[in-house]
Amino acid sequence: MNMRRILAVVAARNREFYRDKAGLGWNLVMPFVIVLAFAFIFSDPDEDLYKVGVLGMPATGQDTAFLGLRHIGFVPQDSEAVAVDKVRYHRIDLLLDLRAEPRYWVNDLSPKGYIVERLLLQSYADPADGLTRETVSGRAVRYVDWVLPGVLAMNVMFSSLWGVGWVIVRYRKNGVLRRLRATPLTAGEFLLAQIISRLLVVTGVTLLVFVATNILLDFPMRGSYLALGLTFLAGALALLSIGLTVSARVRSEELADGLLNLISWPMMILSGVWFSLEGTNVWAQRIAELLPLTHMVDAARRVMLDGAGLADVAPEIGILLTIGVVLLGVAARSFRWQ
Amino acid sequence: MPALLQVEHLIKDYPGVRAVDGISFAVEKGSCFGLLGPNGAGKTTTLEILEGITEADRGRVMFAGAPRDDGYRQVIGIQFQHTALQDFQTVREALQLFASFYARRRSLDELVDLCNLAELLNRDTRKLSGGQRQRLLLAIALVNDPDLVFLDEPTTGLDPQSRRNFWQLIEGIRDEGKTILLTTHYMEEAKVLCDEIAIVDRGKLVEQGQPDRLLHKHFPRALVRIPLQALPDGKTPPPGFEVRDGFAVAATNDIDRVLGELDRQAVALDELHIGTPTLDDLFLKLTGHGLRES
Repeated sequence: MNMRRILAVVAARNREFYRDKAGLGWNLVMPFVIVLAFAFIFSDPDEDLYKVGVLGMPATGQDTAFLGLRHIGFVPQDSEAVAVDKVRYHRIDLLLDLRAEPRYWVNDLSPKGYIVERLLLQSYADPADGLTRETVSGRAVRYVDWVLPGVLAMNVMFSSLWGVGWVIVRYRKNGVLRRLRATPLTAGEFLLAQIISRLLVVTGVTLLVFVATNILLDFPMRGSYLALGLTFLAGALALLSIGLTVSARVRSEELADGLLNLISWPMMILSGVWFSLEGTNVWAQRIAELLPLTHMVDAARRVMLDGAGLADVAPEIGILLTIGVVLLGVAARSFRWQ
Repeated sequence: MPALLQVEHLIKDYPGVRAVDGISFAVEKGSCFGLLGPNGAGKTTTLEILEGITEADRGRVMFAGAPRDDGYRQVIGIQFQHTALQDFQTVREALQLFASFYARRRSLDELVDLCNLAELLNRDTRKLSGGQRQRLLLAIALVNDPDLVFLDEPTTGLDPQSRRNFWQLIEGIRDEGKTILLTTHYMEEAKVLCDEIAIVDRGKLVEQGQPDRLLHKHFPRALVRIPLQALPDGKTPPPGFEVRDGFAVAATNDIDRVLGELDRQAVALDELHIGTPTLDDLFLKLTGHGLRES
């Protein structure tokens, strides 16, 4: 490995990135647009004053006087765990369980939860009559706060997959690789330069989007910055290695594009970027566990929303690094200049 | 002079075709060696094997008397026929990038002077004309001050003026004592630049030697040509002539005798052409088809 050669290729690739104004703009603007779109879409001014989740919603409608109250939205819930988390993050104000002996969950830190609880207790003739109180704690999490770690991770995914995969196939097709092969530059040096260049780009863009969206949306960041940074870096490495593996021999940009889409779309849908996988099909959850984006999103969300530290997300970082190292080995072995 | 590059019995097969079929030759140090042949003759494949880009199925390539090793790439320079550079870089940056790959480097100023790039240094490489681009690619091939330079059809696609300018650059490199191996299908180019040529057709080397000696070996001093339609019956060549490519052609050392024969046959001499044989004529004689045909 010759460091001078590697750094020269890194510099050339970086120039290609930042001098391509259209591409650069797209890389920076897309994540902003997605986050702001979600902030806008999920801030409905006409929503009910209060939202109450109900487990075991009676089929005939109003079983108790409480369920007949106006200006409260009653939302049936299927999963107790998911519903309790919604209380924790203020996405519903109270959870009422009517499946057996009635009980309810309320968030101690939620002012709206306090009001709804008073209304609930008034609706019962004797508040102590079989109504069990459960409490959870947690500060309000808007949907945009919940979705943001996923959007950042998704941006890392796209930038990593296409930033090396598609670019290397383009180089192979237009003859850049052939020209480089005729020099003393080795395949290992070339691939390492591509990885370094893209990690720099991913780090820079993610940092910029993180800071700018935080100024605009003031999202929570409760955990360790180091853990979050390492999560994104390990995730980028895993996805870069997938991109390098895909591009190791492919000559056609169309085929590379198709393969990268084939890899990225299932991750977009199954990795919990847009919605929680809790309560979904068991097979979908098992497949999701195989996808690097799932581990990156889970870890980032736990760091940002639940205050997780490095030790808490070490398993996810370990999985991502393992995927990265194994597939880098595969990519390096199967790489062809022509 | 010792051979810098020794090529022995190269064979390269692609599915359904033998691209290189037992080619052997030697390139002397400090010489300019030309591989001539039409498109598809196998000259680019041969060149790629010598450059180390393609593996031969059989045969041997010796550089400076020894098999090529990892250091070979440090001492050769290559100008490909078709190549691309990374986007969004200037001429200066492209030269610096390639220079960084080598242990031995020629100074940027020297390269710029040699290849007339002074006014183009800060120009985006995508905005160069054909001739300017070829000059940059030549400079990149010379960035490591190589002992052996490969030029694969370096002037294909250039206008006549740019081609002649480019020949001057190559002559400059040759005068520096560099060893050059070039492919071309321009006969004039080979005549001007090459000390020795090898004619390749359908993967085989059909003749090799110094251009003038090959012409003397295969032809008398003059070639007399006359279009077939100028003949009395439009098809039967006079005695001593043979039909080639729509012409009656006679190779001779006695032009007076040939003209006398044409006069006796009452051939109109308006379209008569007398010239010295060219490498095109040699190629036609050796292979039965023109050099620019595939």
